[in-house]
Amino acid sequence: MAMDNTTSYSGLVNQGNLPDKPAPINTEGLGPWVRDNLFNGAFNSVLTISSFLLVLYTLPSALNWLIFNAVWSGGSDACRVNPDGACWTFVGSRWEQFLYGFYEKSERWRINILLAILAVGIIWLAWEKAPAKKLMAFFMLVIFPVFSFFMMYGSETLGLPIVETPQWGGFTLTLVIALSGIVASLPLGIVLALGRRSNMRVISLLSTIFIEFWRGIPLVAVLFMATIMFPLFLPAGVTFDQLLRAVIGVALFASAYMAEVVRGGLQAIPKGQYEGAMALGLPFWKMMRLIILPQALKIVIPGIVNTFIGLFKDTTLVLIIALFDLLGIVQASIADPNWSIKSVPYTGYAFVAIVFWICCYSMARYSRYIEDKLHTGHKR
Amino acid sequence: MELDQNQQKTAAMQVSDEAVITIADMNKWYGQFHVLKEINLKVHRGERIVICGPSGSGKSTLIRCINRLEEHQQGSINVDGIELNNDLKNIDAIRREVGMVFQHFNLFPHLTVLENCTLAPIWVKKMPKKEAEEVAMKYLERVRIPEQAHKFPGQLSGGQQQRVAIARSLCMSPKIMLFDEPTSALDPEMIKEVLDVMIELAHEGMTMICVTHEMGFAKTVANRVIFMDEGQIIEENEPEQFFNNPQSERTQLFLSQILAH
Repeated sequence: MAMDNTTSYSGLVNQGNLPDKPAPINTEGLGPWVRDNLFNGAFNSVLTISSFLLVLYTLPSALNWLIFNAVWSGGSDACRVNPDGACWTFVGSRWEQFLYGFYEKSERWRINILLAILAVGIIWLAWEKAPAKKLMAFFMLVIFPVFSFFMMYGSETLGLPIVETPQWGGFTLTLVIALSGIVASLPLGIVLALGRRSNMRVISLLSTIFIEFWRGIPLVAVLFMATIMFPLFLPAGVTFDQLLRAVIGVALFASAYMAEVVRGGLQAIPKGQYEGAMALGLPFWKMMRLIILPQALKIVIPGIVNTFIGLFKDTTLVLIIALFDLLGIVQASIADPNWSIKSVPYTGYAFVAIVFWICCYSMARYSRYIEDKLHTGHKR
Repeated sequence: MELDQNQQKTAAMQVSDEAVITIADMNKWYGQFHVLKEINLKVHRGERIVICGPSGSGKSTLIRCINRLEEHQQGSINVDGIELNNDLKNIDAIRREVGMVFQHFNLFPHLTVLENCTLAPIWVKKMPKKEAEEVAMKYLERVRIPEQAHKFPGQLSGGQQQRVAIARSLCMSPKIMLFDEPTSALDPEMIKEVLDVMIELAHEGMTMICVTHEMGFAKTVANRVIFMDEGQIIEENEPEQFFNNPQSERTQLFLSQILAH
């Protein structure tokens, strides 16, 4: 196209910057929030209203049963008179059993000490600015379990009377099984995951067989095998504590799941990370420990905590092999004729549900917090 | 590495006769695919070699064989007197002497810039943490980003990340540096800052092998340019001769394609 001599294209030159203007639609405050989240469209409005009605219909009666109509004081007679509310006095009169099981009354101080150390340890490790964290982690993961065993089981040399494991029970037993499972399953799961991805065929095959074996059978079957079948394989006269067998079964079962979670994380690490580490001369295990695993585990924190929560709740299954964890002991207490009242079973199960929910939700919240903390700005 | 001022000036840009890398009759296959064919290459101390060629020609694979990120199946590679074989000790020893910079930086995203730089000195060379940090800061200053030391790699621009990667390698005081397309993943305005650091390194007498398409860089600092195609070394010459008077047809075609615009 030929251009006229007198007019020439001058381009665009923008002098100065345009001022910032407020957004045309208000996106902050309660009104817009309600509009955007509850009533954006006909379908969502119907959903909101029906959900609201459902809550309105169920919540008052639930609260009445749990709190306002509940029996908070008195004995079993008070509950017999008022069958339409939770019987919290049942929990109140039995809480020691729920916590300690059949553990010798005179020796319960030993459990109290352990629970106190556990609480301090968890808070210490969860608290971001706490000093000497590595030392504390070492203490909690290595020394504390051994110490706990001797405290709970007892030792002649230490002057602590032996308390046999069938006497262990209640929430303490739940913690023993769950924490042993958690502490054992993570390292075992990591080793299995690395094994499954190994270039060495035999190691990879063995890890895969192990994982698929434990994932393929139900936990109930594992517990039955540990209790009934395992002793058959042992030479006569050799006994193996039943609780220990159950704990090992739970730990191995959980580690198979953990291995697959960790493997998912390992697969998400780009090849370049391995190459970067290798090019710097890092040997395999250092590369894994310093570069690959920190990143892989961070990615799968939700999956790891998911497995922990599952494991924590699965501990209730030990009641089928006659171990009385929290659920088991509550169930046993319900059968007490003195408390054969309509509201007692409901109360007992509600109590168990609340305790488990608090534990599991705490784990979930903590995992969220850790995820946020480990966020280093490379994911946007 | 640590030469005093006078030595540095005389050593700079000088090439000794001593071969620091010797590759003899080396072959490599991926399955049935013959990726590297009869590679023979001698790199002298202080020499700066640029390898170019079309994609898939095996140039990256070649330099990745030198520090065993890839395994060769035939022939021999000798790095600074150490024979590269399946002995893990030898592989580790070679990796300690050979630094590598990657196209995609491969920084560790969960560690700060400073931690990226001190990790290998601390864990591989057993250097005390404090000393490692001093060394790291020295090299971060050399690549002109000491102020970013406490940030995470994800918070830096591509050019900055690549400079950190170079500093990270230098912290191990390598005798040889391998560059695998160090500027290919960068935005145009960041290429220069990385090349400047590389040119400086060349002037200090570092032995370098660079796979790159930056022909300007090749002309400025290379002693030798190697052209590869289909797994073979096609042509090898001083930059002046290589660019002005390429002998092989394939080289001529390649140069005409990349220098056309």
